[in-house]
Amino acid sequence: MNAEIPTMIGKRLILSVITLLIVSFAVFFATNMLPGDTAAILLGQAATPEAVEGLRHAMHLDEPAVLRFLRWLGGVFTGDLGTSYANNMSIATLIGSRFVNTMELAGITTLVAVPLALTLGITAAVMRGSVYDRIVTVLTIGVISVPEFVVASTAVLIFAVYLKWLPAISFVNEVHSLSDLLRMYAMPVVTLTFVVSAQIIRMTRAAVIETLSTPYVEMALLKGASRSRIVLRHALPNSLGPIVNALALSLSYLIGGVIIIETIFNYPGIAKLMVDAVATRDLPLIQTCALIFCLGYLILITIADIIAILSNPRLR
Amino acid sequence: MTQSALSPSRTTSLTGMFGYTFSPVGMIALVVILFWAVVAIFGPQLAPYPVGKIVDMDYFGPISSKLWLGSDYLGRDMFSRIIFGARYTLGIALAGVLIASTSGVILGMAAAVIGGWFDTVLSRFMDAMISIPSKLFGLVVVAAVGSSLPALIMTLAVIYIPGSYRFARALAVNVNTMDFITVARIRGENTFYLAVSEILPNIIRPVLADFGLRFVFIVLLLSGLSFLGLGVQPPLADWGALVHENIQGLSFGSAAVIAPSIAIASLTISVNLLIDNLPRKIRDRSA
Repeated sequence: MNAEIPTMIGKRLILSVITLLIVSFAVFFATNMLPGDTAAILLGQAATPEAVEGLRHAMHLDEPAVLRFLRWLGGVFTGDLGTSYANNMSIATLIGSRFVNTMELAGITTLVAVPLALTLGITAAVMRGSVYDRIVTVLTIGVISVPEFVVASTAVLIFAVYLKWLPAISFVNEVHSLSDLLRMYAMPVVTLTFVVSAQIIRMTRAAVIETLSTPYVEMALLKGASRSRIVLRHALPNSLGPIVNALALSLSYLIGGVIIIETIFNYPGIAKLMVDAVATRDLPLIQTCALIFCLGYLILITIADIIAILSNPRLR
Repeated sequence: MTQSALSPSRTTSLTGMFGYTFSPVGMIALVVILFWAVVAIFGPQLAPYPVGKIVDMDYFGPISSKLWLGSDYLGRDMFSRIIFGARYTLGIALAGVLIASTSGVILGMAAAVIGGWFDTVLSRFMDAMISIPSKLFGLVVVAAVGSSLPALIMTLAVIYIPGSYRFARALAVNVNTMDFITVARIRGENTFYLAVSEILPNIIRPVLADFGLRFVFIVLLLSGLSFLGLGVQPPLADWGALVHENIQGLSFGSAAVIAPSIAIASLTISVNLLIDNLPRKIRDRSA
């Protein structure tokens, strides 16, 4: 182990924290660009100048934006996420159970998508140029270049409308048995798996192909090693770093996917909560949801970068 | 058409010397893109019915000889609505990508040429912006400034400036280390001249390929936002909004949902395929 590695990882972590601060400021700034006076909008018909003034003071809207940003950030760190404008419930309560739902959806998708996509990506790379590889490549390009909702509606058309295997819409309230549970998660997980797998397959395939074209693989081929030996013993250990890196990066596509998938299937997660909050312009709720998603995304790309550092053989 | 515009570069190789050849896949993709461009430009002349007119007593009517793609959830002609939708999808995305790429390239070249703290601060900021997922960014900004067409175009542009900046800066930094730039600096040329006359001509081709990719990203994001009901607002409708309004038709496989989805997919896949099949010399990232 080289002494440089902890320093590099430390630097990367500090960079992530700085990024998180900039991102949270950007989110706060964006949600405070709202034209018009929030207090007046909230009071609606009852907006007498005195009432507006009172509410502005109570909500600290009369303070400078930087001070409000610090106050909000302090609240986030102490677990006080504020209250929703729309129904005055505390945001922590609103998000709580829905956060678990979203994590379940993301977790199950990861469990299904990662082994499937790794197998497809690695085999496609090994059989590069074959019919199998071409089919996989064309399908992944197809899935990557269309919006998630097109993938979702195609999946609904195939599995729910024509084959009638699965219900089109999921209802979490009515779970009575294991088969209900399976049917409920099936459509969202299937579509999310398509979206995420396509990214993983593309990146894994590229990573393995790059390793297979290195001089030492050519050397192994020339000395007469068998194909499976070249792939399993020579190429894979060296492309493990890039592959795991690709995995972490691809999983960040879960975040974009989950927003569309939860909406189309009426899945009660935080992404659906956030889309609804945007429709009602419930700013504190939007801020918190956005921060959760950004945090998730940042964690994934930080892990990807750290793996890239760790797997660089020149640093060992 | 593109062949005359792209002069061969100074380092001609054997394959690059005799003009550029497009693969059949690339040709098909180009034809599809041109088709949608024509549809978007001549939309009002091509549409058989006015866009808002209810022509069918039935909603989600089937495909017939009068209504080529059936009718939507109010009984309006789907074929005409898709033709009009092309204007919004292509128009907004094109305006957005023009602003995004132009600003990104200008800032990127400026960062490369000026360097120093300007480059560091700008790059850190852009890196932070990139780490906000695009769809999430879109949702937050739409919540803040609403979804009028100008606001939507600016939102899409702002979201994709950091990516364009990073791409252009990486290319420009490579060019910036070359001898002819040092010579130009010694000659005493100013920053503007360096960026426009020395760097830009050397990075323009990969930047154009990136322009196409970014156009696809913007079409995808715009459709996604419209699909969530937060993009183009009724009575106007782009392709994403058409899927959004007719989503109930999905459970019985109505053409009102499938046709706009196919329209989006045909456009985005074609642009991707065209860029993938561009002659290597145009596409290559290293200028």
